[in-house]
Amino acid sequence: MRKMNWLIVLVLGILPQLAISQNKGSISTENWMSSPGIIGTFVLIAIVMVVAAVILLVKLNSYIDTLKQKQHDKNKMAFDDEIIAMEEGEIDSILEKRKAALTYKLSGDELGGENEAVDEKGLVHHIDNKPNNAFFDEKKKTTLSIETPEALKKVVIYYVAAAAFWLVLGTTIGQYLGMKFVWPEMDHQSWLSFGRLRPVHTNMVFWGWSSLAMIGLGYFVIARTSNTIIHSYKLAWTGWLLINATIILGSLFLMAGINNGGGEYREYIWPIMLLFAIALIITFINFYKTVAKRKISEIYISNWFILAALIWTIVLSIIGYLPFYQDGLGETVIQGYYMHQGVGMWFMTFTLGLVYYYLPSSLNKPIYSYSLGVLAFWTQMLFYTMIGTHHFVFSPLPWWLQTVAIVFSVGMVIPVVAGTTNFLMTMRGSWNHITKSYVLPFFLVGTIFYFVGSMQGSLQAFRFTNFVWHFTDFNVAHSHMTMYGIIAFFLWASIYAIIPKLTGKEPPQVLVGAHFWMAFLGLFAYMVSLMAGGTYKGLSWIEGNAFIESVILMRPYWVWRAIGGSLMLLSHLVFVYNLYYMVKNYRKVEVEVKSKKVEDITV
Amino acid sequence: MLNFHKEHKNLVLTAGVVFIALSIMIAILPAFQMQETEPIPDQKPLTANERKGLEIYVSENCMACHTQQVRNIEMDNMWGSRPSIPSDYFYSKKRLDVWRQSPSLLGSERTGPDLTNIGNRQPSEDWHLLHLYNPRAVVSESVMPSYPWLFREVDSTLVGKDQKTIAVPKEIFNQPGTKIVATEDAMFLVDYLKSLKQTELPGGNVNDFIPALKKIQTGGMGGDKATGGLDGENLFKQTCAACHQDNGKGITGAFPPLAGSDIVNDKDPEMLITIVLQGYDALPNYGVMPPFGDQLTDAEIAAITTHERSSWGNDAPAVKEEDVKKIREMVKNELNQ
Repeated sequence: MRKMNWLIVLVLGILPQLAISQNKGSISTENWMSSPGIIGTFVLIAIVMVVAAVILLVKLNSYIDTLKQKQHDKNKMAFDDEIIAMEEGEIDSILEKRKAALTYKLSGDELGGENEAVDEKGLVHHIDNKPNNAFFDEKKKTTLSIETPEALKKVVIYYVAAAAFWLVLGTTIGQYLGMKFVWPEMDHQSWLSFGRLRPVHTNMVFWGWSSLAMIGLGYFVIARTSNTIIHSYKLAWTGWLLINATIILGSLFLMAGINNGGGEYREYIWPIMLLFAIALIITFINFYKTVAKRKISEIYISNWFILAALIWTIVLSIIGYLPFYQDGLGETVIQGYYMHQGVGMWFMTFTLGLVYYYLPSSLNKPIYSYSLGVLAFWTQMLFYTMIGTHHFVFSPLPWWLQTVAIVFSVGMVIPVVAGTTNFLMTMRGSWNHITKSYVLPFFLVGTIFYFVGSMQGSLQAFRFTNFVWHFTDFNVAHSHMTMYGIIAFFLWASIYAIIPKLTGKEPPQVLVGAHFWMAFLGLFAYMVSLMAGGTYKGLSWIEGNAFIESVILMRPYWVWRAIGGSLMLLSHLVFVYNLYYMVKNYRKVEVEVKSKKVEDITV
Repeated sequence: MLNFHKEHKNLVLTAGVVFIALSIMIAILPAFQMQETEPIPDQKPLTANERKGLEIYVSENCMACHTQQVRNIEMDNMWGSRPSIPSDYFYSKKRLDVWRQSPSLLGSERTGPDLTNIGNRQPSEDWHLLHLYNPRAVVSESVMPSYPWLFREVDSTLVGKDQKTIAVPKEIFNQPGTKIVATEDAMFLVDYLKSLKQTELPGGNVNDFIPALKKIQTGGMGGDKATGGLDGENLFKQTCAACHQDNGKGITGAFPPLAGSDIVNDKDPEMLITIVLQGYDALPNYGVMPPFGDQLTDAEIAAITTHERSSWGNDAPAVKEEDVKKIREMVKNELNQ
């Protein structure tokens, strides 16, 4: 109960803000249902309901307290009566015993005796003379190595390694783009110009880093939670090849100036994106067939999310690329739908599926609530699908589409709070693991960003906040907060959780810490600077100042963004080293086993 | 009944079917609806050259930084005289070819200015070319990339008559005997940019912006009658400073200075006002100035010229709205005769 209180406070703190931001933008005239006042009222009613629920809980609590108090008083009276009824000698002997107990002291060698400590069997591996090291807390080692088919290990490792490669390349490009805001004259090559390179960055980290890492980690979850082996390793490798080919070809085409029309995240022309779609279909078939032959009757919740993410994204990429309804503003409707669903139905859904497995498994306990996970799943589908047009508020798109998008953006509170609660409650009682494990901090940061980033996104959808933030660098901050703060952190958590178990080799803890802190601080600098700058920019536009003023005022914020970006990039290099460290050792083991002849072992 | 926990087929089927149903409702049907538009009566289709320009616009991905949508809120009034409507995109948002879809011109990021009306706001071809060659030559604070690959360095003696040379300031390009020449692509792109003009709606543009904040409701772009109510400096920055620069010094070789100019400092503002209304092409060593008569109201021209005549060391009497009105009528009569 006490742990839940802060959550309630958090929700209460956010909701009034929703209401306020709505009132300021009171602008609508005709469609009463869409007027912010009405929406605001719904929110206010919700507040009343929450407050009523809180009051009811408090009242109930105090009633139970009075009941307890009565029982307590009764026991006390009985005790008093007992003492009065005692004889004097009895009381003296009780007091003597108590005195002896208070003066008792340990001799110090009760457990060890007087023998010297010798490690005869060589069990002690590590002796620490400074158990209270102030700088680096000793992290717990992963002792258990999961019994996994070699073929599956290889699939997971290759997917993650390719993802890491695209992460480093993609963020190097991102960093280069960020520096162009500070030094616009850095180069004069057409294929390195900002317009062409920006989609190279976004698509590379989307389809290269996040997607490959997700699918790779997904293969392990699917096999493990179905208690069976993957349907076809061959399909897994085909998918791997196709996705990598998509990114190589797509990036080259974009740099050559051939793009699909500039719609965000569908800049690759269709023949290239087709490769990715085929890879998705192959992966779906593979996952589905694996789940179908599972050796347990229930389908674990992770698989719900993962299978749905795949089927939704296949539908999504087909709808996004079919031409029949994309002339004029038809394209814009689809663009809003596509770019939001790309994030929500693919990255978010799939990653949540991964967290539902890797978080509880790394804590060695079950997920807090299975039902909350199911609730989050269905609401994710119902609400997320509807909110694409919130990227085009005040645009010439139909007002009703915009309103639906805004209303359902608020509805996103339900899946987000359900997910966050579930993860936090799973971690509850294991907080001390955070200092003892290098995996949990990644999970915790991911969870917090899941809540903060998603709620902030909902707020951003409102019409008033659109006045200030739309078209500014705030959007860039938001997308990094979510794609990096949520997705990348969860992915790293999962990678650090599973790879050591597969390879039996742990990364240097100091370096995992360095990765974590540089990524976290870098993201923070990146995010805060662009949010502050974006807000000032929007306000400057509202004031009606000349446009160039808003460019000038962004300068210091762009510098800070570049600084944050370099920290992030640096952390990725450390991550790649860590990954290499974990995997390099694994290879050696494999080679050793093969080089030994079977006869040598059996003899 | 459906037991999603145990029946993978039903689970996936339900998730898929519901998602497809929602998608049809929220995306496909509205999209079909939205492409059923017709052009505005006065709207001009893109010429062949302008269409080629649009393709360069797409291939350089200008949409990454430039929007083309005037939202229906007051703060967007500076980008167009009315909010954008679906018909505005009738000619520009068509499928490009088999490989590429209809371009995402509306954009989602305004790192640079909105371009809905750039053809009206900045009609000068010279300005556009120099700006593309190096944006910092005309807007010193700009962070836009240069596009040198849309230009060629050509020996002065070999420049053809039909080729467009760019007057680049010496600080940026200084090779005697060599000229910067615009390629066909650059000319197409500028043609496209110049074609970006908001079409007037039949019966005039009804200004239906949603008033946002009090400040804007009272201090709009053309609402006030009195010259004193308009910020001449701000208007100058928005309309004139792109060429003549904030400091009024212009750009040597491209755009003439206003600071210390005889025309600007003339006690009688007639010539100055005429130039603003009608444009100017009398100086051979400078680019052509386009007319601003249709774009600016009398009060706005009065505010701008007053600012020009009292800044950067210039010292001439203020211009009144009536003066501009008089000269506008005079110019009109001259044209009619």
